[in-house]
Amino acid sequence: MGLTGIQIFKLLPKTNCKECGVPTCLAFAMNLAAGKAELASCPYVSEETKAQLSEASAPPIRPLAIGSGENVLKIGGETVQFRHEKTFVNKPGFAILVSDAMPEAEIENRLKRFNGLRYDRVGLTLRPELIAIKNESGDPVKFEALVKKVKSETDAAMILMSEKIEALTAGVKASSDRVPLIYSVNEGNLETLAGLALEYKCPLTVKADNLEALSGLAEKLMAAGLKDLVLDPGYRTLRRAFEDQILIRRAALLHQNRSLGFPTITFPCEMTNDPMKEALIAATFVAKYAGIIVLSDFRGETLFPLLVERLNIYTDPQRPMMMQEGIYPIGNPGEDSPILVTVNFSLTYFIVSGEIEASRVSCWLLVMDTEGLSVLTAWAAGKFVGDAIGTFIKKSGIADKVKHRQVVIPGAVAVISGDLEEELGPDWKVQIGPREAAHLPAFLKMGN
Amino acid sequence: MPFEIPRITYTGTIKKVTLGKGPKAVTIGGETSYPLYLFEGEMPHPPRIAMEVYDAPPEDWPETVLEPFRDVVHDPVAWAKKCIEPFGAELIALQLVSTDPNGLNRTAEEAAETAKKVAASIDVPLIIWGSGNADKDGDVLRKVAEVCDGMNLIIGPIVEGNYKQVGAGAIGYGHTVIASSPIDINLAKQLNILLGNLGIPDSRIIVDPTTGGLGYGIEYTYSVMERDRMAALTQQDERLQFPIICNMAKEVWKTKEAKASDEEAPDLGNPQKRGVLMEAVTAVILLLAGADILVMRHPEAIQLVREMISDFMAK
Repeated sequence: MGLTGIQIFKLLPKTNCKECGVPTCLAFAMNLAAGKAELASCPYVSEETKAQLSEASAPPIRPLAIGSGENVLKIGGETVQFRHEKTFVNKPGFAILVSDAMPEAEIENRLKRFNGLRYDRVGLTLRPELIAIKNESGDPVKFEALVKKVKSETDAAMILMSEKIEALTAGVKASSDRVPLIYSVNEGNLETLAGLALEYKCPLTVKADNLEALSGLAEKLMAAGLKDLVLDPGYRTLRRAFEDQILIRRAALLHQNRSLGFPTITFPCEMTNDPMKEALIAATFVAKYAGIIVLSDFRGETLFPLLVERLNIYTDPQRPMMMQEGIYPIGNPGEDSPILVTVNFSLTYFIVSGEIEASRVSCWLLVMDTEGLSVLTAWAAGKFVGDAIGTFIKKSGIADKVKHRQVVIPGAVAVISGDLEEELGPDWKVQIGPREAAHLPAFLKMGN
Repeated sequence: MPFEIPRITYTGTIKKVTLGKGPKAVTIGGETSYPLYLFEGEMPHPPRIAMEVYDAPPEDWPETVLEPFRDVVHDPVAWAKKCIEPFGAELIALQLVSTDPNGLNRTAEEAAETAKKVAASIDVPLIIWGSGNADKDGDVLRKVAEVCDGMNLIIGPIVEGNYKQVGAGAIGYGHTVIASSPIDINLAKQLNILLGNLGIPDSRIIVDPTTGGLGYGIEYTYSVMERDRMAALTQQDERLQFPIICNMAKEVWKTKEAKASDEEAPDLGNPQKRGVLMEAVTAVILLLAGADILVMRHPEAIQLVREMISDFMAK
């Protein structure tokens, strides 16, 4: 580890064959150094070089996947400690816990919540990804039955939790095509579980009481040929669990410690009995640095704030979140409802649409593609100006939805009203709205 | 490879600022590591929570958060007292929303009287937060500083447009200032330099980075605060080594998700708990980014966040 792009480049064939998907060997070398490419993409690299580079080119935190089909959870692959240094990439998965010792009705309700709680935001569906299945009964038959039930009734990525090897074996056999995560390896069961994970190609969790021991176990598993590991540093108090998350991330990134270069799993469900506090502990791990967060249970009020937090923290700081261009009806607008136009920076959209909702005046909100720039930035960049907005309004189709011909523009760009009126033609009237979204309710209630 | 704890080197310390006076004065700051990284540094003064009081009855609060204050919303003094007992507030933040020229537009004199009455009837530190209109705040906060001479208030938001007007009064009458900048580390630093040049001692400055709500831009605040603490603690950026205050409650509770009723949003779960959690999750995110003071609203959210702070600090 620690080779620069140039050092890697010297070991490559330097033929610029493009078969790896980038135009030059140098670009490929740079991607390798940044952990954004795999050496396997180069068909011509020599075995010798491969050996030399495979260690150096692997990403510092192993990316891996749990689950199959539409709902594959990718975790790991992170390259920074602070999101502003680049971006966080793979959002931590949220798991709900079910146990084979729970009453049937409780299991049903949890599966129902898992399947039902989905939220649309910025064109994305926010949802939980995982179900952790716990073998509390100690009975492998019961465990296997629950694994099968979860598998057939949900698309969940699964975590199979048992202290019994027979139960884990039965569970893995019943669900290996779903690629479940096995929980967990310790000194005692290392060889057997390593064999199980290798045979069924499933990721495996390593649990130990301190980082030294954790690192030692992971090393043994790596030596046995396992690649996809998940780390559980055993502490269940907030302070120590938080500390271990930071130290693991740092060990992987700053010390290139391979045996801690894996995503982590955290258990807020084992850290408190209060569901509200559990959500706050989970909120801590969303920001600092879990790969998987296991919740004892969730409901709309606990899951939604966490999903939104996760979306926010994992937003790429170099790329603003954008809305799709188009007509957004707020409330139940009709042919007399006001038309407002704004930019497609998602934050602008959220704030403006929120204020319109608060006003209880139904409106048509026209969201124009300004490449995610805010109102003033887009105006300064020449993207949110009279002729561009006019063209957009005309082709948006809004004219077919309303009888009137009046459009409200943000007060901050009042200067463009003349240009816009010119572009729209004499039928249209341009009205200048408030400068701040917060003043929209008052503005709309005045009967505009 | 034997395991070695990966440490980083800190070269700076956050300045200490004491708020208020007397036995209930509160000191913040003094951190020598990233927020809550207590395995490698100190946080001699844990983060504190200031409870909000409004100078006019709120009109757009959802039922769930209005309920605990229903009997006191018409009286800022009674409201502040209720925050202290039974809710245990260690600081009060008086929001002078009624001075907003786009709202009730009350005068600087009226606002200063309210501030003085509240300050005189409580013994915990009092934060005075203007309407956010820079021009009006210039008048209002200057007047508050003058009328509350010697009461050791914390006043803000002070911005580049009104810092001279307000800053001079703060020095003269012995208050602490809140230097406010719009989610931008360079502007934050610039304003701190200006305040220093004006003669405000470092022990009287705290910083407001501008807070976005959960789902409404909190990631911008989060990253600007992380960058700010990084510059202060590891890059010896002396003009960024001030404690941070986040005026967060109003950002949380104005969102539609915090307000929505059961009928409007059945998938969002219990409205009361959801609102509390949206506020508490926002608080936790800001604590992780480096907040020293959180301005909060719902007593249950505050209780939860207090427990989190104490769990973070627990040996």
